Amino acid sequence: MYCLWCDQEVIPQLSWTNLLLPERTRNICESCENGFLLLNGKHCLKCSRLSDETICSDCVKWENDPTWQGVLSFNQSVYSYNPMLRDVVTKWKYRGDYLLRDIFQYTFKDVFDDRFVKWEKEAIIVPIPLSEERMLERGFNQAESLAQLLKLPYQKPLSRVHGEKQSKKTRKERIDSKNPFEIKVQVSHPVILIDDIYTTGMTLRHAAKLLKNQGCPEVFAFTLARG
Amino acid sequence: MNMNDLFTSVRSLFTPTYDWIPTSKNTNTTTDDTFSLRFSGKLLLQSEIPLEPSTFTHLVSINYLTPVIAIEKTPWGHRCRRCGVHKKRMLAFMPCAKCGKTHLYCRNCIEMGRITSCEPLYYWTGPLPSWTKQVKACQWQGELSRYQQTASEQIVTTMKRGNDELLVWAVCGAGKTEMLFDGIGKSIEEGKRVCLATPRTDVVREILPRFRSAFPDTDISGLYGGSEDKDGTGQLVISTTHQLFRFAHAFDIVIIDEIDAFPFHSDPSLIFAANRAAKPDAARIYLTATPRQKQRQRVESKKLNAVFVPVRFHGHPLPVPTLQMDFQLKSSLKKYNPPKTFFTWYKNRSNPKRQLLIFVPTIKLAEEMVETLSFSLNLTENNPIYHVHASDSNREERVQQFRDKEFSILITTTILERGVTFPSVDVVVIDAGHSVFDEAALVQIAGRAGRSPNDPTGEVIFFHEGKTNAIVQAVKSINLMNKRGGKL
Repeated sequence: MYCLWCDQEVIPQLSWTNLLLPERTRNICESCENGFLLLNGKHCLKCSRLSDETICSDCVKWENDPTWQGVLSFNQSVYSYNPMLRDVVTKWKYRGDYLLRDIFQYTFKDVFDDRFVKWEKEAIIVPIPLSEERMLERGFNQAESLAQLLKLPYQKPLSRVHGEKQSKKTRKERIDSKNPFEIKVQVSHPVILIDDIYTTGMTLRHAAKLLKNQGCPEVFAFTLARG
Repeated sequence: MNMNDLFTSVRSLFTPTYDWIPTSKNTNTTTDDTFSLRFSGKLLLQSEIPLEPSTFTHLVSINYLTPVIAIEKTPWGHRCRRCGVHKKRMLAFMPCAKCGKTHLYCRNCIEMGRITSCEPLYYWTGPLPSWTKQVKACQWQGELSRYQQTASEQIVTTMKRGNDELLVWAVCGAGKTEMLFDGIGKSIEEGKRVCLATPRTDVVREILPRFRSAFPDTDISGLYGGSEDKDGTGQLVISTTHQLFRFAHAFDIVIIDEIDAFPFHSDPSLIFAANRAAKPDAARIYLTATPRQKQRQRVESKKLNAVFVPVRFHGHPLPVPTLQMDFQLKSSLKKYNPPKTFFTWYKNRSNPKRQLLIFVPTIKLAEEMVETLSFSLNLTENNPIYHVHASDSNREERVQQFRDKEFSILITTTILERGVTFPSVDVVVIDAGHSVFDEAALVQIAGRAGRSPNDPTGEVIFFHEGKTNAIVQAVKSINLMNKRGGKL
């Protein structure tokens, strides 16, 4: 097996443990894997950002705003959006190296199963959609391909209107932006939204608000990285 | 069928072919169309062709741009036609929203824009550009040495004949660029298109002004990562080998400088791109001071013509490295100190006025040794030591300052092993037994000394902890070249 990121050969070390209990095949080498920062330290309970407070200042702001209060129950992210992850996401999403998704294959599912064990049965998984134009440009939807890693059924009740890229906007522009989503089907179950990066949380909240207005009881978010 | 034919036919299944590149059907009509200047010889994705959609469809409909499949099927799998990669792990599947199918894409050259099975590459098959006729293209006034002259004549014949290869095996500092002038000039006068490619950006930057002044009336493009010229529309293209990924059947003459240098010799996709950039009947000239095993074997078995230039342009022999054993080398290096024997040598240098170029195996060592060395040599702030390495942002500037003699000691990694000229330096290699210093690297490093006719000797000294094959072979091959130069 060769590392998906640096293309060095990964040679598994043989030990008594993996001789008796064969491990999952590693598709990334150890030194590349160490570049990622798993969010398992002290973090904000609402948005997963590394922080000493239980609710970070960003989330306090959201919850004090009557328009957005309680719209998103919480966001769980897997990694911190550090330079290494940014490089991987850039190549995966913008350059379009689809295969790089598999780097997150196991960790993404493990963290999900851990955090959403309570809701997994009744909740519906919904990847954040791309606009049709963006979809044609990229060829694939990164949120949907992440959702596929969970090996659970997912639904696509939302659609997105074409607009400026989120990553090109400032925080203020993002928060003032119009809701880019439209709802196609009503959902009456709790929803777990899947996306690649939680930056300000605006995109996810737009989607969550629309779902809630149309009768969805509760909305969570599960993202690959916390920006 | 005899054995030889069998081998050739099996081999041909493994080697890439370029017969899929369409030929231009409009060769006779020459127009001053800017499109033909911009796109002829190029192999591009639609996204790389900055035209209005209507203009683009028009050019396709009149067969000026011909689509070709971007990922071809081979007997053993698939191959990307832009970078030539055929490894399974580099060609992966993706679901595509555009065509609704799951198909291959190339991971190897993805930084240049994704190549997929469902999107073609476009090749220019419209009229070819016509270059301004020149009677005397080369305005260079210098004189060639006897050996340079012989090589230059061979280069001219090879270029004229076309469909041939020539290896120019010339020692470091032989004056390779000057040997090319005559041949390139004559080819340009004949209306041929010439490409001079080298693996290293530094080299492109250094030789570009020399060519601009030698060929003042020729349209010359310089292509390297970060160059202002992106199109490469000139009749003479001087570029890094990386920039050839967008060319196909473009050049009548392809010259590859430093054919043995990293990354060219170890990256099959660069070799693929360089071969594709040449027309099928092109003349190919390879320049090197340190040919690899592969090329030497081809020369020895007479499959590749070669011409030797065993003497530097100033006629003096190559400086032969002195080997200095130091048992405490590793323990000194742990503290980022140069070995003790280095200081003994430093105090007794034959010409202390020379600048000093120190090669170390790692970036870390280069950085740390700046301080330890200035401390041990008691250097003041007016007499600083600097270091350069590959990821250094002000590398160019530092090298230029060193060339201008603004400071006297430069510590470097192998990044400066070739292509750079300092007039009067002593060269030191610390830990010459390290695996980054292979034979070619050591010969090239030794070749940094004694480049100028005013100071043609220069000391070269290798500090090591035990001779490696590379050290022995490097000294041997330098001696051999000197001997050949003396005998001929």
